[in-house]
Amino acid sequence: MVAVAGKVTLPMLSVAIRKEFHVAGSPRFLLDVKETFAPGFTVLFGPSGAGKSTLLDCIAGLLRPDDGVIKLNDEPFFDSALHLSLPPQRRRTAYVFQSLALFPHLSVEENVAYGLSALPSAERRERVNRILPAFHIEPLRVRKPGELSGGEKQRVALARSLVTQPELLLLDEPLTGLDGALRHAILQDLRAWNTASRIPILYVTHNREEVDAIGERVVALINGRVQESGAPRAVLDAPRSIALAQAAGFENFLDAHVVEHRPADGVMRVALSGANCELEIPLGAEPPGAAVQVAIRAGDILLATEAPRALSARNILPGTLESLEPRGSLVVAQVDVGARFTVHLTPGAVRSLRLTTGLRVWLVLKTHSCHVVLP
Amino acid sequence: MNLDALLLSFRLAAVVSSVLLLLALPLAYWLAFTRWRGKFLLESVVALPLVLPPTVLGFYALIALGPRGPLGRLWQFLFSHTLAFTFAGLVIASLIYSLPFAVQPLIASFESLDKRLLDASAILGATRARTFFRIILPLSWPGLVTALVLSFAHTLGEFGVVLMVGGNLPGITRTVSIDIYDRVQALDFAAANHTALLLLGISFVVLALVYGMNRRVWSPWPAK
Repeated sequence: MVAVAGKVTLPMLSVAIRKEFHVAGSPRFLLDVKETFAPGFTVLFGPSGAGKSTLLDCIAGLLRPDDGVIKLNDEPFFDSALHLSLPPQRRRTAYVFQSLALFPHLSVEENVAYGLSALPSAERRERVNRILPAFHIEPLRVRKPGELSGGEKQRVALARSLVTQPELLLLDEPLTGLDGALRHAILQDLRAWNTASRIPILYVTHNREEVDAIGERVVALINGRVQESGAPRAVLDAPRSIALAQAAGFENFLDAHVVEHRPADGVMRVALSGANCELEIPLGAEPPGAAVQVAIRAGDILLATEAPRALSARNILPGTLESLEPRGSLVVAQVDVGARFTVHLTPGAVRSLRLTTGLRVWLVLKTHSCHVVLP
Repeated sequence: MNLDALLLSFRLAAVVSSVLLLLALPLAYWLAFTRWRGKFLLESVVALPLVLPPTVLGFYALIALGPRGPLGRLWQFLFSHTLAFTFAGLVIASLIYSLPFAVQPLIASFESLDKRLLDASAILGATRARTFFRIILPLSWPGLVTALVLSFAHTLGEFGVVLMVGGNLPGITRTVSIDIYDRVQALDFAAANHTALLLLGISFVVLALVYGMNRRVWSPWPAK
């Protein structure tokens, strides 16, 4: 933190870059991002191939954008107009790759100390001695990366990056493949570290649970562009595009057309294509008659075996249970109401309702579980 | 059996393979990591000795090293004798002849490295030189050993180039393969057989040592 004229300025990363890729046999890909990242966590969310890692590589200096500016505070890392591009060594940025890239021939201690070669050996030792216990890897000091578990490797990679006291931290799916508890513990360590050193952290993931665990700002990157940004609930629970809804894990995408607007209730009615049924959904800008696509999470749909009455939910659709398929801790049901819906149930619900295929069922959907998404 | 010829061959192979390693390291590094579009041209030049008849290579080497060639003239200016038909001339010709056997295993080894390790090193502030000595070289041991041994073994067995450039001067340029050829020409099959058998045995032992060691070199760093 730098105090300027009595007010504290926090390190801010601002990025405004374009980079085009030509890969033979596939359409050209354009990364075009304008975004500012404040201290604390920002989740970069998007499907694979959206350009998340490419963006981080540009910020770190491993890739060179075609044009634009990358600045940390007021110091430019990259400025195409000035023909300026700092090498990665001089960007004071830490970057944890998805593959972690621990040096296989160096011990944990040597890996962690690798970025401190410019320091006098006493200070180097002191910093390593401080960070190893903070990330619970003190006992692993002399081990080689090949002898570590997945979670241990991830801790070593984080420690190796953070021990250099970076002013910007880039994390590319650093916790992929860890179970929930371990991921939570490592996130705790990271958060504790971040309260001490307030720097921008860009955290790439396409895992919804990680987004919720971090819980701060989300930037949704789709096809090389920032599509939406804001709180996780606003961005990922009410996505406005099909690509983002797919990335956010929506299961149901239904073709429909707008029947009527009811502005007084803040809703509109849409008719599902190929089915003799209507849905009440939040009021949108699409005029009556317009074709729309409605996205609904399978987990947001209730299933009843009798026609529900006296319910606040506005959409109750009769249909037939077509299939039940156990998948992990839940059961995936397909229900035909004219259109086909995917519904997630718990095994307990399947047992107590005695659900079998061919059964007549009712789907119950809240108005605000239905989201109009654009192509 | 001609011990002189055998020792000379070993001396030549040892000098050539060690000098070659020093030359091949920067060359292979550059070829493995450059994005220059014309690099295929240099790759072709490096690979030329693989396909060129040794006599062709030897012929041009002889011209270049001779009293009227550029290298020969420089040498004569510096040391007041010609390069052709000397041990030094033999070394220079062999360096070219065995170049691909040193460069190609190194390129293969460098290219097989995880690029993210090099990125990580740069982001952690390491200069290119530090990345080379701390990351690239230690992780390329098998390639280094292979380059050293292949260029050693290849130099040990060369014939055409030596004959063209070195001639057949006992103790100076008469290497073991030329000695064998001489014996066969003189119909002294027993002596030729002794030397040939010894060379065969030595080559096998050296290769076996290297392959065995190559395997051990990998194992201290278990799979990622």
